[in-house]
Amino acid sequence: MVQYNFKRITVVPAGKDFIDIILSRTQRQTPTVVHKGYAISRIRQFYMRKVKYTQQNFHDKLSTIIEEFPRLDDIHPFYGDLLHVLYNKDHYKLALGQINTARNLIGKIAKDYVKLLKYGDSLYRCKSLKVAALGRMCTVIKRVGPSLAYLEQIRQHMARLPSIDPNTRTILICGYPNVGKSSFINKITRADVDVQPYAFTTKSLFVGHTDYKYLRYQVIDTPGILDRPFEDRNIIEMCSITALAHLRAAVLFFLDISGSCGYSIAQQAALFHSIKSLFMNKPLIIVCNKTDLQALEGISEDDKKLVMEMKAEAMKTLIGQGGEPSNDEGVLLTMSTLTEEGVIAVKNAACERLLDQRVELKMKSKKLNDCLNRFHVAMPKPRDQKERPPCIPEAVLEAKAKKAEQAAEKQKKLEKDLEDENGGAGVYSASLRKHYILANDEWKEDIMPEILDGHNVYDFVDPDILQRLEELEREEGMRQEQEADDDFEMDGAEMPPEEQEALAEIRKKKRLLIQQHRIKKSTAESRPTVPRKFDKDKKYTSERMGRQLSTLGLDPTLAINRARSKSRGRKRERSIDKGDQNGIDDMDVDGNQPNKKLRFRSRSQSRSRSKSRPPYEVVPGEGLKDSAQKKKAIDASSIQVGFILHKLYTESCELSYPVLEVALKALKGLYGYRGESYCGGLVGSRSLLSAADDLLLDE
Amino acid sequence: MRLEKCWFCSSTVYPGHGIQFVRNDAKIFRFCRSKCHKNFKMKRNPRKVKWTKAYRRVHGKDMTQDATFEFERKRNRPERYDRHVAEETLKAIKKIDKVRVDREARHHEKRMKGKKAQVQKEAAKELEQSIHMVKAPAVLQKEPSLTLPKVYQKQTEDRMVE
Repeated sequence: MVQYNFKRITVVPAGKDFIDIILSRTQRQTPTVVHKGYAISRIRQFYMRKVKYTQQNFHDKLSTIIEEFPRLDDIHPFYGDLLHVLYNKDHYKLALGQINTARNLIGKIAKDYVKLLKYGDSLYRCKSLKVAALGRMCTVIKRVGPSLAYLEQIRQHMARLPSIDPNTRTILICGYPNVGKSSFINKITRADVDVQPYAFTTKSLFVGHTDYKYLRYQVIDTPGILDRPFEDRNIIEMCSITALAHLRAAVLFFLDISGSCGYSIAQQAALFHSIKSLFMNKPLIIVCNKTDLQALEGISEDDKKLVMEMKAEAMKTLIGQGGEPSNDEGVLLTMSTLTEEGVIAVKNAACERLLDQRVELKMKSKKLNDCLNRFHVAMPKPRDQKERPPCIPEAVLEAKAKKAEQAAEKQKKLEKDLEDENGGAGVYSASLRKHYILANDEWKEDIMPEILDGHNVYDFVDPDILQRLEELEREEGMRQEQEADDDFEMDGAEMPPEEQEALAEIRKKKRLLIQQHRIKKSTAESRPTVPRKFDKDKKYTSERMGRQLSTLGLDPTLAINRARSKSRGRKRERSIDKGDQNGIDDMDVDGNQPNKKLRFRSRSQSRSRSKSRPPYEVVPGEGLKDSAQKKKAIDASSIQVGFILHKLYTESCELSYPVLEVALKALKGLYGYRGESYCGGLVGSRSLLSAADDLLLDE
Repeated sequence: MRLEKCWFCSSTVYPGHGIQFVRNDAKIFRFCRSKCHKNFKMKRNPRKVKWTKAYRRVHGKDMTQDATFEFERKRNRPERYDRHVAEETLKAIKKIDKVRVDREARHHEKRMKGKKAQVQKEAAKELEQSIHMVKAPAVLQKEPSLTLPKVYQKQTEDRMVE
C-alpha cells in the first residue's frame, strides 16, 4: 500500500547541500593524490574516475527521489485526488520531471567529459576538464534547486497525512462547520481532535479507529463544507469532497438542529441536496446533533419538512442497498455529544449499515466461496426431539448459588472507598493500626516514644524489667548503707596560711626560673651569649640586688657597699650622686638613667685610668679612630648642639625633655663623662636657658 | 529512628548528625562529628586517645562493668506492644539512669580517695626543701618557721625622713 510509504520517503536535500554532499563524498571516496610525474594514463584514469564517480552519485540520489515520490496515477484515486487537492498535480509532475531532466543532463555531461579526458595530454589539462565537468553538473543541480525545495516541502507535508486505508471499513463524517463532527469522533474513538467554537477548526482529515463486533472501523473526520458551487471551493473543503468521492464508506451527515453553528436547517438542507450525488451507493445516516439544546420534535414545521426530505433521500440509499424499507430508524437519528445520549446508537447504526453493505457486496463477488465458511456455523441435525441441556453437577450449582449470595450481601467496604469518603488522598490518611492485635484494643492508637534522655527506649523494653529494676534498687540500697558505715577519710592537718603563702611564693619563683630558662634555651641558638658587661636593659644593678636580698630577709647594705667599693668610684660622682638625689625625686624615670650611666661609666673607668680625662681622649668602644678625629668631631658638633639648644629654648618656651635627651646623648658621645654630667646636672637643677648659655660659654 | 554510638568517642549520635562509613567488609563505622572521623582516617586507636570513652574505660577512669549496663541491650526481636510495659519502661529508664550516675560518682570518689592526703604531703615536702628560695638560711636559722621572712627595710629611709 503506497500510503504507508509516505512517511518513508528520504529527505530531499536543498540544492547547495546536495552539491556539498556529493562533492565531499567524491573527495573522500576517491584517491586524492596525483603528481604530474605519473604516467599520463594514470592521470587520465584518476580524473575520469572522479568524474564518473560524481555522476554516479548524482544519478543514484536523483533516482531515489524520483522513485520514492508516488506517481499520482499509480496510487489509489483517493490519494491521488487528495494530493492533487493539496499540492497541484501539475506542479508536482513538473518538479519531478525537472529532476529527471537534471539526471539525464548530468549523465550526458559526464559522458562527454570522460570522452574528452581520454585525450588529455597533461595533468593540468585533465584537471581543468574534471573541474569543468563537476562544475557543470553542479550548475545543473543549482538550477533545479527550487524544485528540490518544493519537493522537500511536499515530502514533509505528505509524511503528516493521516494514514487512511481506502479499502477497509470506513465511516465518514460530514456536514457544515461547527455542527459537532469532531466532538463525535472524539467520543467514539481515541482521536483527540481540536474542538473549538470557531468554524473551520478542523482543517484537514483526521482518522480515528473504533471497534464494533470485533471489527475495526476507521472513522474519518472531515473539515466542514459550505454550500458553494464546486469551483469556488477552497483546498480544505476539497479535502472532504475528495474523501466523500473516493472512499467507500458509511456517511454520517451531521445536522445541527439548534442552529447554534450559525447556519439554519434550511442552509444545511441545501448543502445536503447539493452534495447528495456524492452519497451514491453509500449507506447514509442523517444525524441530528445538539438535541440537548433543541429536541427534534420542537423544531418548526418548515424545518421538519426539510428534515423529512433529507430522510427520504437517505431512505433511497437504504432501498438501493436492498435492505428492509420498513426499518427507517437507522436512517434518521438524534444525539447529543455533550450529554452523550445517542452517540453509541449512532455509531452502532452506522457500523451495522456499513457491515451489511460490505457483506452483501462480498456475497455477490466471486470470492464468496473463500469466506463462506466464516459466515456459516454448521449445526448437526437433531436426531430426535429430546432435549439435551448441558450437565452441571448439583454441588457445583449449590456452591455457585452460595457464592452469589455471599457476594450479594457482603459488599466489602474497601479502604479506598473510605479514603474517598473522607476527603481524598491528601486529606485523609488511613490508620494503619486499625488491625493491630493487642491485649487491649484501646492501646491501638498509643504513641510510644522512641528516644528518652539520650537512650533508645526499645533497648530497654523487657517483660521482666520491673523485677530486674527491683533487684537493682535493692542492691543500691544495700550499697548505700555500706557506704554510710565506712569511715570518712581523715585529711591530714591543713597547712597554715603563712606556710601556704610561702609555698605560693616558692612556686612562683620556680615558675619564673623555668620560664626564663625556656626562653634562654629557645633563643640560645639565635642569640650570642654576651657577657654581662654589655647588658642593655640595665637589669643588674646594685639596687636590684639590694631589693632581692631584702626580700629574702637579709640586710643588703653590706653587700651593696662591698659591690660599690669594688667598682671604680670617683669624687665627682659621689657629689653628683648626692645632689642629684634631690633632683631625682622631681624627675621622671628617664632622669635616673644618666646618673646610673654616670656611676657605671665612672666606676668602670676609674679602675685603670686617672680620674679626669681630657675630652679628646678616645675611649675604646666609642667608635672614633683616634684623638684627632675625636677633636674634629667635637669641634664640629658641640657648637651646633649648643646652638641648637639655645635656639630651641629661645624660640619656643616649650621644653621637651626628649629633645634634650637627644642632645645629651650627642654630648655624651663627644664629651664623655664630662659633657654628660654637666648637662645632666644642668638640666636637672638650672634653668634651661642658662643651661644653653653655659654650654656655649663652655665652648 | 535510633540513637547510635560514635565508634571513636562513644558519644551518642543523634539523627541528622555525623557521618557513617561503610567499609568493604560491610562493617559500619558511625562518627558523631568530623573530629572523630578525621581521627579515624588518621588510623588513631581510640584506646590511646585521651578524651575518648574507650581510653577512659581501658585505663580505669570510668567504670567498666555494671548491672545498669545490662538493661540497655539492642534487642532484635520486637515485643508486642503493652501499655503497662511501656509505662514501666519509661519510668525505669529514669531510675536506671539515676542509679548509673550514682555508681559512676562513687567510682570516681573511690579513685580519688587518697588524693588529698597525697597532695598535702607533697606540698609539705616541697616547702621544706625549697624554703631557701624565699628565705635566706641565716634568717631561717634565726627563725626556724617555714614562713616568708620579714622584708628588710633600709635604715636610710629614716635618715631621709630626717
